[in-house]
Amino acid sequence: MKNGAFAHIFTVLFAVFMLAPIGVVVAVSFTAEGFLEFPPSTLSLRWYWAILDNPDFIDAFIVSLKLGFVSALLATVLTVPAGLAIGRGRFRGRDALQALFLSPLTVPTVVLGISFLRFLSLFGMNGTFIGLAVCHAVIIIPFVLRLVLASVTGMDPSIEKASVSLGASPWTVFRRVTLPAITPGVVGGFVLAFITSFDELTVSIFIVNPSTTTLPVRLFSHIAQTTDPLVASVSTVAILFTVVVMLIVDRLYGLDRLLIGEGKR
Amino acid sequence: MNPFLLSAPALALFGVMLVVPLIMTFILSFHSFGFYTGIEFTFGLHNYIDVLTDDYFYEIFGRTFAIALAVTVICVIIGTPMAFFLQRMRAWTRSIMVLIVLGPLLVSVVVRTLGWMILLGNNGVINSALMDMGLLTSPFRMMYTSGGIVVALAHVMVPFMVLAVWAALQRQDPATIAAAESLGARRSTIFRRVVLPQAMPGILSGSLIVFSLSASSFATPSLIGGRRVKVVATTVYDEFLNTLNWPLGAAIAIILLVAVLVIMVTWNRVVERQFAGVFQ
Amino acid sequence: MAYLELDHLSKAFGPFQAVADFSLDVARGEFVSLLGPSGCGKTTTLQMIAGFEEPTSGTIRLNGRDLSGVAARDRGLGIVFQTYALFPHMTVAENVGFGLDMRKVRGKERKRRIAAALELVHLSHLAGRHPRQLSGGQRQRVALARALVIEPELLLLDEPLSNLDAKLREEMQLELRRIQQEAGVTTLLVTHDQNEAMALSDRIAVMHAGTLVQEAAPFEAYERPTTAFASAFLGKSNAIHGRYEGPEFVTKDGVRLAAPAPAADGAGAAGDVMLALRPERILFVEEADAVVSGKVVERVFLGDQWLFKVATPVGELLVTRRNGGHAEPEPGATVHLAWAADHLRVLAPEAAA
Repeated sequence: MKNGAFAHIFTVLFAVFMLAPIGVVVAVSFTAEGFLEFPPSTLSLRWYWAILDNPDFIDAFIVSLKLGFVSALLATVLTVPAGLAIGRGRFRGRDALQALFLSPLTVPTVVLGISFLRFLSLFGMNGTFIGLAVCHAVIIIPFVLRLVLASVTGMDPSIEKASVSLGASPWTVFRRVTLPAITPGVVGGFVLAFITSFDELTVSIFIVNPSTTTLPVRLFSHIAQTTDPLVASVSTVAILFTVVVMLIVDRLYGLDRLLIGEGKR
Repeated sequence: MNPFLLSAPALALFGVMLVVPLIMTFILSFHSFGFYTGIEFTFGLHNYIDVLTDDYFYEIFGRTFAIALAVTVICVIIGTPMAFFLQRMRAWTRSIMVLIVLGPLLVSVVVRTLGWMILLGNNGVINSALMDMGLLTSPFRMMYTSGGIVVALAHVMVPFMVLAVWAALQRQDPATIAAAESLGARRSTIFRRVVLPQAMPGILSGSLIVFSLSASSFATPSLIGGRRVKVVATTVYDEFLNTLNWPLGAAIAIILLVAVLVIMVTWNRVVERQFAGVFQ
Repeated sequence: MAYLELDHLSKAFGPFQAVADFSLDVARGEFVSLLGPSGCGKTTTLQMIAGFEEPTSGTIRLNGRDLSGVAARDRGLGIVFQTYALFPHMTVAENVGFGLDMRKVRGKERKRRIAAALELVHLSHLAGRHPRQLSGGQRQRVALARALVIEPELLLLDEPLSNLDAKLREEMQLELRRIQQEAGVTTLLVTHDQNEAMALSDRIAVMHAGTLVQEAAPFEAYERPTTAFASAFLGKSNAIHGRYEGPEFVTKDGVRLAAPAPAADGAGAAGDVMLALRPERILFVEEADAVVSGKVVERVFLGDQWLFKVATPVGELLVTRRNGGHAEPEPGATVHLAWAADHLRVLAPEAAA
């Protein structure tokens, strides 16, 4: 079936709805005035230069980058073996294990946030980068697991048997057969985990201190006080960063596949 | 290799960093709090009694679930057709539309909410435009209202709905449409009796995701609702970081967690019973 | 006038000619197969009859009615799809009843016809099940019942047995033939499986590269293929290339063979020709009676028969022999072969074959 006129109009309106809030942030960031105006009467890069005078935002951006990288790496390294076990085996407790690793998706993030706060503060770890990274790893493991699982279950199990029959050792099988077969899922999982960590607010806001404040937390605190063109320009930089990552992912893996979490169709 | 050995590192992380903290929060919710003494290691149900006997908290919980319900309904109404249209698009239009629909998921919720603040404010884009056109004489208040929260949250959540429905549509055998056509069905009949019922599991699972995420959302209600329009998540935040009454905050959070879990389990039960034998 | 007439049908997808000037007549009640390899245009032809594809040129007439411009839903044809295309959210009875709903058949009459259709395919006991709970063969029957219950003017079967395993496929062939005859419905089957086409149909239309190659009853098509393609596609066949020198056939290696006279107007009147010979028509004989002698190159045991590959002066020949329960020549043994000259078919050689 083809789409009719109603479908075309609906699609355009939907696209406007999806893009409007993002577009408007980008638009107002180019104002020359000291307040938010839309559309900007005169265009300037004034508020982009202003970012350089606010090292808070730059520091937060760097923290978020480091945090995203470290927590995504940690999550991926821990999840790949678990994903292989869950994706392949039929063993007692398999469903329970999978449910446990996916559970951070079900628990409200605010509950996770206060629980991490309570836990870390008892050990004096609150506000540390390592504490933040470990908590982020817990939240993003479900995203990695879903993509790794999709790759593992989409993999022909006999290719491993085939390589064993050709004389490969278990480590060789993993390195030369299994890992290449699930690489798309692992890479996709890493990227999705990185972005999720990079954007995370609700957990972070409970467990950061001034030196480990992430970009979303910094933006949130700023916006809660005042909305000025500075947050718009910082947001635009963040959007640009996301768009670049997104286009790379879409080219490599397919955005829909990444987000649906299905390896094979 | 033993599956539990392979899962051991992740299992250890979850044990220490998820299970223990959640249990500690649960225990925390039974402690009490003194303004001068801080957390007192007593043990009792008083926090729960405080929450369940105070109209103030009923209002907050009521508002939270009403907002979540409204967001879910809106997402069904606009997300489901979008998924259908997406399914029928030609490859290149579809890939562009996928970027537009799903791309925002990758943009921070804070940034997206900032966009809605600029759109919805009294001097915001929408009010200015409507007043310039002469459709409004004074601004229509959308910031600091539940309605504003619903609109912005719908924007945040609708991609999940589109994804869920679209995934269900992709599992459909396109030949079922041809079969219905060959049996004499018109387009509207095919949609109503063949396509929609097969998409139903996707709509239902998408609704559950949207509802539970909306009910526990923090950033959007906090920024759009401000201090006046509070929801559960923002109340918990205030108890923890402003009032510093952690035990009360923990109790509210536990109630939210239990409510969300109960709704999820019930919903899944109902769906499973409804579709027993149809979609395994 | 024929019941179903395909009149000079053509279908082009851009530069690709899927179906080229295809004509076929089907009589009322007849079971005809469109047989050919994948990509030969048989499925496109079915899609055009069903109304899912518009012919580039040519017409389709059913019972005297021109179908051009008639929407698929108004054609009233019963179609069994390759994937069965059962509605997963409906029970077996609801699936079968769908077409009746579209025809506003209600109440008792609806119930009666569903029951009769399920009775016909022997599935009455599963009426309340959902498709996911059925086996492949059962789904196939539901699909048939759903197509037949609307009493279609024409039944179209699109590779209906290709998703079944070999044993079930054979059972379903017999079943399908019985159901088609009981229902008395004119049927067009699209398949790439020559055994299926031969077992089921009254007539076979062999297609190749979008054109009709041969149209005949199964026995006729097998016994008297008119082209090299048809002879190779329907069963196994040996090809002996050569030319006529006067009344005698001489292979390209210079061996003289007794062969039927070439048809005056057809192949072999002049130039290169090909003799087609079925492997089961070649006999092992005493040296004195041999047409050719050769050496067994390979031998394969197939249970009910043996398959030999024999190197002879006229080329490598495939020979099949019924398994009579005694020892057969081993590879390397010299064997003497003979056949009746009238089992040779004289065909024009085809580059593609």
